[in-house]
Amino acid sequence: MSKRPFLGWFASPSILIAFGIAASFLAIVQFSLRAHVPGALDPGGFTLDNFTTLWKTVYGKAFVTTVLLCWWTALFTLLIGYPLAYAMVRAKSARLRSAILLISLTPLFLGEIVRTYSWMIVLGNRGFLNATLMQLGVIDRPLDLMFTMTGVVIALVHFTLPIVVVMLAAALSHIDRNLERAATSLGAGRIRCFLTVTLPLSIPGIVAATSTAFAWTFSAFATPQMIGGGKVQTISTLVYQVGFASFNFPLAASLSLVGLLFTIAVLALFNTGIRKLERIGAH
Amino acid sequence: MKKSALDHLLDWSGRILLAAILGFVLLPFVVVAIASFNDGAILSFPPKSWSFRWYANAFEYRDFGSGLVNSLRIAAIGASIALIAGAGFAYVFNRYDFMFKRLLNTVLMSPLIIPNFTIGLGLLILSAAVQLPRSIWLVIAVHVVIVLPFVVRSVYVSLKNFERRYEQAAESLGGTPLHVLLTITLPLLLPGLISGALFAAILSFNEFTASLYVVNQRTQTLPVAMYNYVREYADPTLAALSVIYVAAVAAMLLLVHKFFRLEKVLNVD
Repeated sequence: MSKRPFLGWFASPSILIAFGIAASFLAIVQFSLRAHVPGALDPGGFTLDNFTTLWKTVYGKAFVTTVLLCWWTALFTLLIGYPLAYAMVRAKSARLRSAILLISLTPLFLGEIVRTYSWMIVLGNRGFLNATLMQLGVIDRPLDLMFTMTGVVIALVHFTLPIVVVMLAAALSHIDRNLERAATSLGAGRIRCFLTVTLPLSIPGIVAATSTAFAWTFSAFATPQMIGGGKVQTISTLVYQVGFASFNFPLAASLSLVGLLFTIAVLALFNTGIRKLERIGAH
Repeated sequence: MKKSALDHLLDWSGRILLAAILGFVLLPFVVVAIASFNDGAILSFPPKSWSFRWYANAFEYRDFGSGLVNSLRIAAIGASIALIAGAGFAYVFNRYDFMFKRLLNTVLMSPLIIPNFTIGLGLLILSAAVQLPRSIWLVIAVHVVIVLPFVVRSVYVSLKNFERRYEQAAESLGGTPLHVLLTITLPLLLPGLISGALFAAILSFNEFTASLYVVNQRTQTLPVAMYNYVREYADPTLAALSVIYVAAVAAMLLLVHKFFRLEKVLNVD
């Protein structure tokens, strides 16, 4: 009798899929090194031109825009998500905890289109926000929220919030409450107890949530595409445009390849941070 | 201990902050609900007159109907394939050592960090290179790749908390490996398998970006059909559809919460 029953049967389907993933990655690498033949879908000979093209300002600008979006989105998502996660874990009434949980998690299961479309109605020139503010007399000209970074960040924060809340709540729920009780019994006030005990203990969770917020924002497409409307060009919208508007798939491939390497580098940085923090926590 | 004035201030500012944040989360859904009953084809706030006609329009628009059928089919087949492949991999990863185990794990979990537009582009280029038709199976393949890591995670967590003694008892009583697997292991893993498959199906149903790269007119999913609608029309039909979508998802989550408790499922208890 074999010591590892079912190994072949159980591993084969996943090995097949892994080959598919690896092959599609190689397809991107291969395409990124091929010349674009205008008017033809098949690529030309091997070249490094795509990567030199990427130095052009449009592509550089898309990188800067994407990084800025990631930064602002992560920052505001954390500022809003932390109190929400805190309330979800610590609220005294079980009913309130359930309500917070359901309200903040439902968007996670709604997909990008429904959420982005809803924000278009809120942020548009004749949208809810502008109409309300104008009727109240707060402003006399609609605010420019559609097709701006501000609008995209607002919608992206809403998009990233649920997953960040889940991660922060998981971190907060695993903090030993006795440490807080000890601090309070030794005379620390609530603010001091939070700042010197709870907050530091949740830093690994904060770092993990930030890295996820970064990855989500980086790969977000519908939100910058629909709210940015071509005025806020990110890597994701540019890859789509280069691919499906000018059918330059070699350039689209090289752009996504550089984007992927950038993501991996940033996430690796976050991971080292998390590991360092965990080592400090262990001692 | 009596509460001080500072404590009261903290309590109240906390409550106001929480209400404001929950308001931010709910705002777009409330607004989209109001907009869906707007009678005019052009949105205005507050609506000048009300009607249900955009709901009727959402049900009659053919691309939404065919998109829904496609999405349900893709989610069902994709989640099933992901469940078989993912559960199998989680099992061998948890139990055995074999060649290239780490590498296989890295490749299978990589879609968690590879942006969806890159996955869509990669499989589109690959399918073109090997001259595969852009059929529904290409869309399913993309979805399997994207949801697989979530199934693996869910089943792996169940396997880690698994009580091996039941299997050992069955083995020592003479059960064959297949018998043990079918009568002991699988039934005990069922909750993890179900939640993994459910999560995969939901993710697949909502997936938009990668699908956009690989669908055509015939295979377009519901999210893609919705996206194309916004680009062509500005009327509130999509608002009506969004309300139905939100209501369906919220009802489903309430149901899941009732039976499984979401805190447990998401590990925030």
